[in-house]
Amino acid sequence: MSLLTIEGLDVRYDGRRVLHDVDLSIDSGEIITVVGPNGSGKSTLLRTVIGAVRPSGGRIIHRPGLRIGYVPQKLPVDRSLPMTVRRFMALPDAAPKAAVEAALARADVAEIASSQLATLSGGQMQRVLLARALLNDPHLLILDEPTQGLDQPGTASFYQRIAAIRAETGCAVLMVSHDLHVVMAASDRVICLNGHVCCDGRPEYVASAPAYRALFGSGTQGALALYRHEHTHRHDEAAE
Amino acid sequence: MILFDSLVMRAAAAGLGVALVAGPLGCFVVWRRMAYFSDATAHASILGVALALVLDVPVFGGVLVVAFAAALALWAFGARSLGQDTGLGVMAHSTLAFGLVAVSFLPSVRIDISAYLFGDILAVRERDLALIWGGGAIVLALLAWRWSRLLIATLGADMAHAAGVNPRREELLLTVALAILVAAAIKVVGALLVGALLVIPAATARGLTRTPEAMAATAALIGGASALGGIWMSWEFDTPTGPSIVCWTALAFVLSQLRGVIR
Repeated sequence: MSLLTIEGLDVRYDGRRVLHDVDLSIDSGEIITVVGPNGSGKSTLLRTVIGAVRPSGGRIIHRPGLRIGYVPQKLPVDRSLPMTVRRFMALPDAAPKAAVEAALARADVAEIASSQLATLSGGQMQRVLLARALLNDPHLLILDEPTQGLDQPGTASFYQRIAAIRAETGCAVLMVSHDLHVVMAASDRVICLNGHVCCDGRPEYVASAPAYRALFGSGTQGALALYRHEHTHRHDEAAE
Repeated sequence: MILFDSLVMRAAAAGLGVALVAGPLGCFVVWRRMAYFSDATAHASILGVALALVLDVPVFGGVLVVAFAAALALWAFGARSLGQDTGLGVMAHSTLAFGLVAVSFLPSVRIDISAYLFGDILAVRERDLALIWGGGAIVLALLAWRWSRLLIATLGADMAHAAGVNPRREELLLTVALAILVAAAIKVVGALLVGALLVIPAATARGLTRTPEAMAATAALIGGASALGGIWMSWEFDTPTGPSIVCWTALAFVLSQLRGVIR
């Protein structure tokens, strides 16, 4: 049985249809990346899966006992709130000390456990959020544009870490990303979203699909070529 | 001497009862940037005073109902189209204005409105004390019960959802707590200065602490000490008590800021 199955999902905001007829299933251990233009409903899809958005139609079926770890796009912490990383890890439920230390180590932030949340850099904050998501030993890790604001080396190392965590824990990963070239290299499956699922499959299949090209142009193929053998490259796109 | 004892002891008990609760609750007001929200709720309570007097029901009840209704309305319309700030401004000033106008229709012998605007802690009676401590105990119990959930909801709504916490429910809980505190505090510091008792001790405690729990406890201590200082000042120099209490919190705030600068 899949970890999670989405059937005919419809989501509306103020009468506007953000997502419609979305079907998707996620299996154990696979890394799935959702790509799509701004406003295509990527974040909404993730927020619906974690229960922050109520769908207006369709359903989301969790495998019984499914544990989800969620890493939000960003977490602006008001400077008025004093909160150490370690205390943050124990919200809303206190976790065993050893588990907290292990999760922090896995996300490579063990040394800043006593730091104040409000003073962390963007990259440190992302890894703390990742550590917190890993704390309940999730079957499915959900990340919403986790590398936003990181530079290229930071982005690359973040995705390497995700891949390593998947290898160690066997958790599935569902994430949204704009870093198309990294996504293509690091994902098992890519879902191209634009209100509905335009295409869904292995990165090389999606990259060559007409629906994907219509959204992103074939220019992104250039970036993909850094990582994969290229056989559909075109030079006739004047504008990107 | 007996007069001094009972009067000042009652005032001290009332001041402590409100300040010890306003500290921790005020931390959430500061963290969530609800300072204007709490002001709007408090200002609305003047309308509650007026309605209670017109309907001849206890003032505490009138204030509680109206403060709760106002806070609930603000909560319900919270993130809607009108800028949060504007909506709060409309609510805060219009309820205060309607309250003051309503009071003016009452025979003037029946009410000294300044007692409700700025508090009249030396007029606190045993029954008021029971309401203040009872209401305060309820607020503290609510905060303690939901503490971790309130914190995660304060950090981020999506984060709370993912952890199985409904952030809107936690907001509603804070709203209820705020209405209870306003009703308890109106006799002590008055509708116009409740917000000060919420925000200033919490803001003072921020610079001195590293965890949310320590900040809440420190804010309660600062508020409590200020309440005692204000009552002493009021007795000694015949100053208005509510404003005197707030002056002490402001002094504590300035000192805590200076400490930050000097270090």
